[in-house]
Amino acid sequence: MVPPVYIAGLGAISAIGNNVAENVLSLQSGRSGIGKIEHLSTLHKEVFPVGEVKSANEELAERCGWTGTNSRSAMLAYIAAREALLDAGFDGGMPYRTGLVSATSVGGMDLTENFYPAFLENNLSGKLRNVVQHECGAVTERVAKALGITEFVTTISTACSSSANAIMLAARMIRHGLLDIAIAGGTDALSKFTLNGFNTLMILDHQLCQPFDQGRRGLNLGEGAGFVVLTSEKVADATRHKKYARLTGYCNANDAHHQTASSPEGIGSYTAMMGAMAMAGLAPGDIDYINLHGTGTQNNDASESTALHRIFGTAYPRMSSTKSFTGHTLAACGGIEAVYSVLSLERQCLFPGLRITTPVIEKPGVMVSAYTPDVALRNVLSNSFGFGGNCSSLIFSQA
Amino acid sequence: MNREQLIEDLKGQIIEQLNLQQVTPADIKADDPLFNEGLGLDSIDALELIVLLQQKYSVKLANAEDGPKVFQSVGSIADFIIATKAEKS
Amino acid sequence: MDPLTGLKALSGNRFTCEEPDYMQLIEPKLIRRMSRIIRMGVATAMDALEQAGVKDPSAIITGTAYGCLEDTGIFLQRMVENKEEMLTPTAFIQSTHNTVGAQVALLLKCHSYNNTYVQRGHSFETALLDTMLLLGENPAASVLVGSADETTNQSFVLLERFGLFRHQASGEGACYFVAGVSPAAGSLAKMAGLKTIFQPGDHAVEKAVHSLLSQNGMKPADIHILLTGRTNEPSTATYYGMVEKTIFPLTPAGQFKSLCGEYPTASAFAFWLAAKILKQQSVPSIICPSFTGQLKNILIYNIDTAGYHSLMLLTAC
Repeated sequence: MVPPVYIAGLGAISAIGNNVAENVLSLQSGRSGIGKIEHLSTLHKEVFPVGEVKSANEELAERCGWTGTNSRSAMLAYIAAREALLDAGFDGGMPYRTGLVSATSVGGMDLTENFYPAFLENNLSGKLRNVVQHECGAVTERVAKALGITEFVTTISTACSSSANAIMLAARMIRHGLLDIAIAGGTDALSKFTLNGFNTLMILDHQLCQPFDQGRRGLNLGEGAGFVVLTSEKVADATRHKKYARLTGYCNANDAHHQTASSPEGIGSYTAMMGAMAMAGLAPGDIDYINLHGTGTQNNDASESTALHRIFGTAYPRMSSTKSFTGHTLAACGGIEAVYSVLSLERQCLFPGLRITTPVIEKPGVMVSAYTPDVALRNVLSNSFGFGGNCSSLIFSQA
Repeated sequence: MNREQLIEDLKGQIIEQLNLQQVTPADIKADDPLFNEGLGLDSIDALELIVLLQQKYSVKLANAEDGPKVFQSVGSIADFIIATKAEKS
Repeated sequence: MDPLTGLKALSGNRFTCEEPDYMQLIEPKLIRRMSRIIRMGVATAMDALEQAGVKDPSAIITGTAYGCLEDTGIFLQRMVENKEEMLTPTAFIQSTHNTVGAQVALLLKCHSYNNTYVQRGHSFETALLDTMLLLGENPAASVLVGSADETTNQSFVLLERFGLFRHQASGEGACYFVAGVSPAAGSLAKMAGLKTIFQPGDHAVEKAVHSLLSQNGMKPADIHILLTGRTNEPSTATYYGMVEKTIFPLTPAGQFKSLCGEYPTASAFAFWLAAKILKQQSVPSIICPSFTGQLKNILIYNIDTAGYHSLMLLTAC
């Protein structure tokens, strides 16, 4: 019998809220956070809508209580990770072996890209403080120092599945008895680098994205951070703090089809979902809701829905893509959506996907189109897939 | 530049842009398929070619879905460039 | 040629990898897009799998601190120079940190577990830790684990401006290993233990060394070679001195960074070197001149300049 791992705390910051409560309010009222670019300085300001966190860097720094030059990714991560830790009832001086497993794909790119113009003119110019946090690991290091975590600190970077893999590693470390508590999730700030990068792939929607709609045109980028606190049973019992949910299944698989495109059969996503269910000892009929990866690109949604059909036939659980609220937050999405999934389960409610007019899965009632309270959820599946074929699925079950 | 010259020019540009190290211009016939069974190009190469056409030939592929038709062969790319330029002038 | 007899100390302040003819190792059609780090990573991964006779590993785990710097630099540069217009996707899609591990999976058509760790001087160590967890969960697994980091002209200039290469040379490298629970005929060595410490407080390194030894029922005298990442860098000299002189006064100490230079995953090079030494039962004179005696246990102690310390214990099979 594998020892259980509990979710004991949640933290999130995204385009729809600076903390978990604000995120929930937006999800309940169907208020998307995607809109015109306000803070990112880019040529494409008027062209592509994004899901920005509605704060300038100075405001974020103030909220962190930080001075000096810090990457937006680090500040977002600290705000969400600190919220999760406090929510779990830990506020420093923890008597437990505590680890931080973070995830990011851009790291401190938001600063590096502003350093580069001067550096390219003359490689002795450009302020070095702008590249100190370039490395993904340096962003996590900054957060770990602020949280006072030293026992175990690491960072995973597997593109858009990064946070799901971080939560998975954290759970495994606890199950192996190497940690008592882990804060796990991920962060990514918007950057010109990613906006332009996704633009070269011609998969950015010029309008608001419509994940899992037949008329979908592409994705909107977003930014944010989402973290959960995982604890061993021993700690959960000893602290007698709230147990939101159990993490009962997870699986990391690879599509091995193409560097960026998903296979038409959805091999990677199928393998990840099946693996997570096998681990949790669940059958497809036991899954009551799926928080989809659902980016809104032709390719992802087609591949993901094919994999879903292979698993569920026509007996689909209800599902939605909350990226229609937040945009695609890249390495952070698995963390933010883990928070939403756990909240769904704990509050027994369904958060919708917005703007669906002609659903990819046509069976009525499958796609959640409005906030739905008072449902009976036993198990919730959360999907996160990325470049490089990296596909991961997590299953949360009632505590 | 006539069609023949344009085709030769395109071959060189494509080899360079896509880093086709083992391929020489003589290996590419005007009507050889570029994708899949031909040179083995894929969707990422198509995106590279769209930018190549814009940069080197000032021709814009307005609709990404036209890609497969335009990028069938070096000959079809040349025809597209010639047609687009004729339309403009 | 036997790689150990060919070893020589490098000179200058920037060591670059000696690269093989990739056309022999990777399908030519797939090479054209790969940047240097991807070629280095994929080639070493394929080589390791072939040596181990493994075609479909149960997991592919990679550590990289910097990721794909060349592609990142190319995309950044074009973005600045072209003012965010007329950009092409190749450099961008290969700039993500998981590209090396992903390309290996793609070449092998391997749908198994695939992960990439990016924790600076502990990137390779975390990949190893994950390997040990996986082998604990599935003793039948064979795990492909390794690391890759490259230096580019831009990154070299930048790190030089930080003063990183005042007393030591810049390095780079890739290496992969195949790990499993049961020893096979060709097994190089046994991975007996791993400890990582970030910016250690008082006595943290000493404690970690003693705990690693006692977990394996060893005393300091049981370590036959201490392989350290010591360079002329003054900021790390005290730690190396303490471990060499106080804990292991009788153990011959060899330094591996004269062979590979300083980079965040240099410990993976040391891991390879120690495994080869144990397998071949011979110590290159550049590591320990005229080594004699028993050669069973090697302890690697590395400090990455950012404060990442690691200890890796390897024993002969």
